[in-house]
Amino acid sequence: MEDFYKIMSDTAERITQIIINILGVEEDKIVPSANFREDLDADSLDLVELIMAFEEEFGGEISDEEAQKITTVGEAITYVDTHMR
Amino acid sequence: MGLLENKTALVFGLANSHSIAWGITQALHREGAKIGISYAGPMLEKRVKPLAQEVGADFVEECDVSSDEALDRVFDEAAKRLGKIDILIHSVAFANREELQGKYYETSREGFKTALDISCYSFVAMVRRAIPLFNPDASCLTVSYYGAVKAVPSYNVMGVAKAALEASVRYLAADMGPLGYRVNAISAGPIKTLAAAGVTGFKKMYSGFAEVAPLRRNVTQDDVGNAAVYLSSDWARGTTGEVHYVDSGYNVIGMSIGE
Repeated sequence: MEDFYKIMSDTAERITQIIINILGVEEDKIVPSANFREDLDADSLDLVELIMAFEEEFGGEISDEEAQKITTVGEAITYVDTHMR
Repeated sequence: MGLLENKTALVFGLANSHSIAWGITQALHREGAKIGISYAGPMLEKRVKPLAQEVGADFVEECDVSSDEALDRVFDEAAKRLGKIDILIHSVAFANREELQGKYYETSREGFKTALDISCYSFVAMVRRAIPLFNPDASCLTVSYYGAVKAVPSYNVMGVAKAALEASVRYLAADMGPLGYRVNAISAGPIKTLAAAGVTGFKKMYSGFAEVAPLRRNVTQDDVGNAAVYLSSDWARGTTGEVHYVDSGYNVIGMSIGE
């Protein structure tokens, strides 16, 4: 269980860093419920860049259909943990 | 001493740090070229501006390459602010997303026009406007892909546009040769760019490519950039009308049966 949380927090941390780099938003805005478009002002190109960066960081691929379902920070973390770790 | 000292390059098609145009821009800058940049829309501004700064480019102009007026304006500006040009880089392509999946025969008339206009005609339109600005021995370079020559899944109308682009390279080379100007293309292997993200099945193509290509790896932005340096430099003074493959040798393979 402890390991599980370690992995979770590591994923969250790396995803947070990617979001800061690409969207240039303040770290305290990056919470699991934050919607990329509505809360973090991401445009459609930002979303493509985020997906590309997740793939690069964690290895593996996120299909277009799956990518469309990732709308919040929490969904991104969950996706990476269940499919890419 | 860089290979491109005292040369000025005008680069079209920079979108973000994954762009092929960025690989080319960095390589030209490294070799001493002065850089001017044009990008495709307001959405890209926040991405392009920091990159322009990295290569010390003051000339950073938005341009809708499907508009003659917009091209006129950018080349007028370039004449005023960059002066003479030695290197023109065209790394521009666009097709509607729905054309980059399914069957080629489903391509719409409008989709066909858009892809050919932005991906091919824009190069012709740029070259025409660049001629008055050119220094002796100037070089024009565009970026193509193997889908111009062979049918590639989902590449569809973009392959047809690239075929027209490669043909344009030959016609432009014939036109420009007597003036001493060169026109070439680089046909690059698949690279993970923003545009590639719009091609259905791109990821499979990307990994499949590295398994088959003689060099057993994908090509990088740097590979393309370094080839662009050569083709844009005086070392390639005898070369025009050429489609130069930077593709790990992929195009020479007729069949792959695995290892």
